[in-house]
Amino acid sequence: MAAPASKPVPVPTRETQPYWEGCKQHELRIQKCPACGHHQFYPRLYCTACMSDRVEWVKASGRGKVLSFTIVYRPVTQAFAADVPYVVALITLDEGPQLMSNVVGCPPEKVQIGMPVEVTFEDWTEDISVPKFKPV
Amino acid sequence: MESLRSQVAIVGAADTEVGVVPHLSATQLYVKAAKLALEDAGITKEQVDGLITCTSFVEPYMYHAEMIAEYMQIFPRYCLNVATGGGTTLAIMHHAASAIATGVCNTVLITMADNMLSGLSRDRAIEAMSTAGHAQFERPYGPPIPGFYALIAQAHMHAYGTTSEQLAAVAVACRKHASLNPAAQMRQPITIDDVLNSKMIAHPLHLLDCSLVSDGGAAVVMTSAERAKDFKNRPVYMLGVGEGHSHEHISQARSLTTSAAKEAGERAYAMAGLGPKDIDVAELYDCFTPVVIIELEDLGFCPKGEGGRFVEGGRIELGGELPLNTHGGLMSHCHPGHPGSLFSITEAVHQLRGECGPRQVKEAEIALVHGQGGIMSTHCSMILGKERG
Ligand SMILES: [Zn+2]
Repeated sequence: MAAPASKPVPVPTRETQPYWEGCKQHELRIQKCPACGHHQFYPRLYCTACMSDRVEWVKASGRGKVLSFTIVYRPVTQAFAADVPYVVALITLDEGPQLMSNVVGCPPEKVQIGMPVEVTFEDWTEDISVPKFKPV
Repeated sequence: MESLRSQVAIVGAADTEVGVVPHLSATQLYVKAAKLALEDAGITKEQVDGLITCTSFVEPYMYHAEMIAEYMQIFPRYCLNVATGGGTTLAIMHHAASAIATGVCNTVLITMADNMLSGLSRDRAIEAMSTAGHAQFERPYGPPIPGFYALIAQAHMHAYGTTSEQLAAVAVACRKHASLNPAAQMRQPITIDDVLNSKMIAHPLHLLDCSLVSDGGAAVVMTSAERAKDFKNRPVYMLGVGEGHSHEHISQARSLTTSAAKEAGERAYAMAGLGPKDIDVAELYDCFTPVVIIELEDLGFCPKGEGGRFVEGGRIELGGELPLNTHGGLMSHCHPGHPGSLFSITEAVHQLRGECGPRQVKEAEIALVHGQGGIMSTHCSMILGKERG
């Protein structure tokens, strides 16, 4: 997928800045709790497992599996019209957290639930690179 | 938790005209629905001491309930605006029941409306479609609203073998019921093949797996079970109510195939002292066909994974084991946004009063209404009865 300016470019907040900073360096970062070992995404002030406030940023393996997906034929806005049909998927990372992304790098009809995928980055602007997933 | 069981009743229930209603603004639809519900209850606006509204997307006000009170020139002691998406209706009624049961107020008017079909400029229509989902972690991937629900459908199909034909059976049943309802927006009967041959929107969901976009309003009047006997029409009693809330964003859901409808339903059944076997008619939130299948499972009408098979063979149609969405639902009656499930409540009230003509469920004594909002995020179930129980 290309990234025309009309696409909804993420605007980092103070809380999410380390994540997007990682993406800019083509590194997928998630939070890990040193107290209980829990990994989480999206970024939060506290560990959702034990409420510790000492959550740390770690580099994720970037690997996961497709939890579910859809092939979109009617784009949400004109900004995505050139991309149809495109795959919107939920990915379960090997570390546990799940996130939404696009599966790219294969025909949409090849995508399956349970398929192993790994992260790849699309540079949208000078500061924002968006993580997507491709088949391993 | 039996505290609200049979404590309150619905004594007035009415809908405005629905579907394409270009001659009324959103605010006018709220007020028209309110007037019709007051007439149905046989009371004047001066007898209302509580007012609750849902937010309007088309004509929003910071203090929406106060706006409607001001417009109608009523001066309630209890005034509240609620938004939990499609679960709003039932959450509002839960709030109203709590307020009535604790003596905060006596007679609550609940009015909900919007005109998503006629009232939006092109820009705002695009805004309505594209602002769902997390701004940083979902929207950049271009998920349309049907796409969010397609993720749920795909997961259910993969886990349990649910088929596109089974999803389509939900749309077919709703349309069949709408064909018997002169008020419904879409009345031309459809077949499973019609659904499967309609345009693919977000695989596996076709156009006819998706609900309508509509204008319309509905309103109800609630009061205590004691006072309910003094109104014009036969009261319908709230036997049980329960909520469940699991997430805001679908990418954070605990499960794609089991929803918080399970907790909502269990809480409502426990309050009512009833179970799925006692339900004569169900009005289940049907923004997309797979939602109904998951709700049927989570509300205990069939085991988890059996929802697809449950909807086959006319079981959910009039004359079947569990007739549902007898007015046509969001699929075929109307779907103006937040107010969606208030039409399920007004339909359930009219079913329990025996006023539904050709779409009347015979000997309907107990109804279950379920609403869900967000992307399977907020859930509320309500059990209504003809007798106080
Ligand atoms: Zn922890």
